[in-house]
Amino acid sequence: MWKYEKKLQYPVKVSTCNPTLAKYLMEQYGGADGELAAALRYLNQRYTIPEKVIGLLTDIGTEEFAHLEMIATMIYKLTKDATPQQLRDAGLSEHYASHDSALYYENAAGVPFTAAYIQAKGDPIADLYEDIAAEEKARATYQWLIDLSDDPDLNDSLRFLREREVVHSQRFREAVEILKEERDRKKIF
Amino acid sequence: MKTNPKTFTKRKSYVPFHGPCDPCPPIGRKYYSTPPNLYVGFQPPNLPQFPPEEALKCGTLWPTFYDFYENPYKKGAGRGHG
Repeated sequence: MWKYEKKLQYPVKVSTCNPTLAKYLMEQYGGADGELAAALRYLNQRYTIPEKVIGLLTDIGTEEFAHLEMIATMIYKLTKDATPQQLRDAGLSEHYASHDSALYYENAAGVPFTAAYIQAKGDPIADLYEDIAAEEKARATYQWLIDLSDDPDLNDSLRFLREREVVHSQRFREAVEILKEERDRKKIF
Repeated sequence: MKTNPKTFTKRKSYVPFHGPCDPCPPIGRKYYSTPPNLYVGFQPPNLPQFPPEEALKCGTLWPTFYDFYENPYKKGAGRGHG
């Protein structure tokens, strides 16, 4: 069961009309290391992982949906007033041909989202290591997006999202430590 | 943190090899992030915290984990790291 708060996790402001950025942002919307993949990966792994870390996967998986909503807002703002010609100039003509300016789960190159992006090995360590890798890859993607964008307001929101990836990676690393149960071993020996 | 606080950086760099037959001018330095979560291990108790408003803006409650990112290839962006 979820409760929905009708507000964004962090404000999204876009100050320059640059639909090309929408194309790049789609990497975090429907890409392999995007927010949708992250949310589905973590929430799915909850069922076959030791009880101690289920809550963490629920919390982070839920937050990823809040991030997905922020990315959707950015893409929507950047494309909602764009003419077909502007979308074509932004490299979004193929998208327009199929979707108009509707959002769709695909990556920056237009490849549709697939469940094959997500693993569920059933081994707690293997799954958490994948989660750590996913967070670092998402952090890197945000860096490349910030490098490509010269919109200061958009970058402000992207920096917030990048920081959340850093914190999530930290928490998954701690989850591994919990499952290793070696934390206090030094005191015993 | 086990690292030396005097030499700790959140960004490292290296210079990729550039050969005489490479078609493009050299990029010079390549930069990569090494964010704080790589160094902390299990978070110790009682770390200093940001005030709530600042924490909401930063995306973390703890200054230890805060890592501002700027395009390292932008002119005037913090060169000299790592």
